[in-house]
Amino acid sequence: MIDFELTAGQKNMQKMIHGLAQGMMRKWARWADDNEHKRVDEWVNFMWGALKGMGGGMGSMDKKIKPAAEGEGEKKEKKVGSQNMQLSVMVEELSWGDGGLYLAMPFPGLGGAAVMAAGTPEQKERFLKRFTEGSPKWAAMAITEPGAGSDSAAISTTAVKEGDKWVLNGEKIFVTAGKNSVEDSEGFVVAWATVDKSAGRAGIKSFIVEHHTPGMKVTKVEHKLGIRASDTAAIVFEDCKIPLDNILGNPEVKKGFRDVMATFDATRPMVAASAIGVGRAALEEVQKQFKDAGVPVRYGMSANNMTSRERDLMMMEAQLKASRLLSWRASWMADAGIHNNMEASAAKAKTGKAITWITQKAVELLGPLGYSRKILVEKWLRD
Amino acid sequence: MVSFMPSEDQKMIQDMARDFAINEIRPKARDCDEGDTVPESVLQAGWELGMVNAVLPAECGGSGMERSAVTGALMCEELAWGDLSIALALLSPALFCYPVMECGTEQQKKTYLPKFCEAKFYRATSALVEPQFDFDLSALKTKAEKKGGAYVLNGAKCFVPLGLNAEQYLIWAALDGKPGYENVAGFIVGRGASGLKIGEREKNMGIKALETCELKLENLEVSADNRLGGEQGCDFGRVASLSKVALTAMASGVGRASMEYAKQYAKDRVAFGEPIAHRQAIAFMLAEMSWEADAMRLLAWEAGWTLDKKMEDGFKSACLAKLYADQSVMWITDCGLQILGGHGYIREHPVELWLRNARGFATFEGLGTV
Repeated sequence: MIDFELTAGQKNMQKMIHGLAQGMMRKWARWADDNEHKRVDEWVNFMWGALKGMGGGMGSMDKKIKPAAEGEGEKKEKKVGSQNMQLSVMVEELSWGDGGLYLAMPFPGLGGAAVMAAGTPEQKERFLKRFTEGSPKWAAMAITEPGAGSDSAAISTTAVKEGDKWVLNGEKIFVTAGKNSVEDSEGFVVAWATVDKSAGRAGIKSFIVEHHTPGMKVTKVEHKLGIRASDTAAIVFEDCKIPLDNILGNPEVKKGFRDVMATFDATRPMVAASAIGVGRAALEEVQKQFKDAGVPVRYGMSANNMTSRERDLMMMEAQLKASRLLSWRASWMADAGIHNNMEASAAKAKTGKAITWITQKAVELLGPLGYSRKILVEKWLRD
Repeated sequence: MVSFMPSEDQKMIQDMARDFAINEIRPKARDCDEGDTVPESVLQAGWELGMVNAVLPAECGGSGMERSAVTGALMCEELAWGDLSIALALLSPALFCYPVMECGTEQQKKTYLPKFCEAKFYRATSALVEPQFDFDLSALKTKAEKKGGAYVLNGAKCFVPLGLNAEQYLIWAALDGKPGYENVAGFIVGRGASGLKIGEREKNMGIKALETCELKLENLEVSADNRLGGEQGCDFGRVASLSKVALTAMASGVGRASMEYAKQYAKDRVAFGEPIAHRQAIAFMLAEMSWEADAMRLLAWEAGWTLDKKMEDGFKSACLAKLYADQSVMWITDCGLQILGGHGYIREHPVELWLRNARGFATFEGLGTV
């Protein structure tokens, strides 16, 4: 049955996170933007306390990573989960608070997601238990290289088996929360490396590298246009030795790349959800400013008779809705076990374009106020 | 719980409409456009499938199926994928009978609905659009003034589908010429009423196969009994919202048609030694066309869902969906034409027809109903 109503549980969670976003994230958003790479202790400690109590978010992680089931044609009634939808709602709300602070949460993140998706029970215990105890920790995912971005099959970081170790060599860039994960906390990073360059994609495997492992170094933290609350690191591996059982999934060259790529089918809708949160923040600010100034927004009149402001604002709203619906569809498919590779990609592609446009329009519609750093709208455009 | 899965009943209706679009509509679309006509046999065939009357109440002779804007959207998308003119012609009688079903008085339902449950396609329609550049649903210029026990209507209407030979018209007018949705009322007028002047067949840029005409209302007297919903009137905002959802779904169908055709063409057409689909300039355009058609569909579903649930923001959702679709469908069909290059401009291919039809969405309101 086609339905767009969140469950009572989802609504409660949305409300709770909204309070947090309003009360804590908005308060620090500008400071974190002005003080790139400085940790917002109040936020980090608060979230660590909250997430640690919930098992480091591992409970929801566990379900989040359920890979899209094959064999959709099966007649057997499948139970539709709601974990991806739930996460979509959470991420939108957190990003409404602040897109950077959301990424700077001490949380297993993408690195944890990879372990949950492909790790053995022993690996899950060894790498994820830390998120339930001690001081704040992060985990990161290292895929991109200076010469390989979306073309992940072109990865040139190598992993060579020597005795009872894997030896990693290569350079990773654009690692979200990389510094937090491997230098500033007792976390880890999951790095993609090839065990057989001639095998192309089939040779690419994921390796878990512990914080402060000799041979691993954070060489740079990027200065970015936006999302400054979250560090984006370059990590170099030079004869970096890790235990043999720090490989995720099947070490055989034949298998694995599809699983690795399936991670993106789950994470792309979340990136979209994050952008939607930022776009909604910008839209709501414009609506508020218009309302305070008594600028009417008249729904239901002919587009020809609207003011330019009304038309822009309504298109922003419609674009936001369209983005959210496409992203929810992809999340719902993941929950229903339907292969969603195309829909997940489309959701992220559409949303990226739409939210960039929406936040740009917000800056434009608010005139000098929009361009000023007094309010957050210009930051949302940069984010 | 959020779900994007149509129910079994909805899938059945969607399949029925899709089969009809593939087998009965699409093959005739070009000839209909060139000949400015939709064959009676097509209208009759769609009628017999229950596209209009399945949801009419059993006591009037209908099948009494639950009326749902979401289900209607599923059907409208498929029919419009076949051809927009034919889809609009098939559903024209619904422009009359659905508002009567939804907000008519008991007497009005008893009098008018049984005709729609008979075997033969019943020509009925509604007159809403007006021939002025600032036409606006919220500020109709056609006026209805109460005089004694009757209303007197004055004004002009255009784009009245199947208007030349309709048996019944539902004419929308502003009470005392006042603006606002709350002041719009519907009036049931039979063919031959004095003061109802039927104009000539209109010649439009697109949806050519759909017969439309102008109406002139000159001191047209309508008894108070024939005001839709009686003294209480009707919720015109809701009627308009349902129409916007249907049109959004139709825009999705037209957009998808163009996207699918251009995609196949780009795979087959070889230039510089490879299919043009391999060029990113083409591939990116196709990808975006595809998700835009999906976006229109989902906006129609969501708005339809809010209307089915009678939620407060149903009106707003419908307005936003339609505003989005108006732009999106023009963009998609323009890309479709562009991908075919010079061939797209030639009438041997359907993409120019879809472009002309798509241009209509931003112009007409209330031409479609669920």
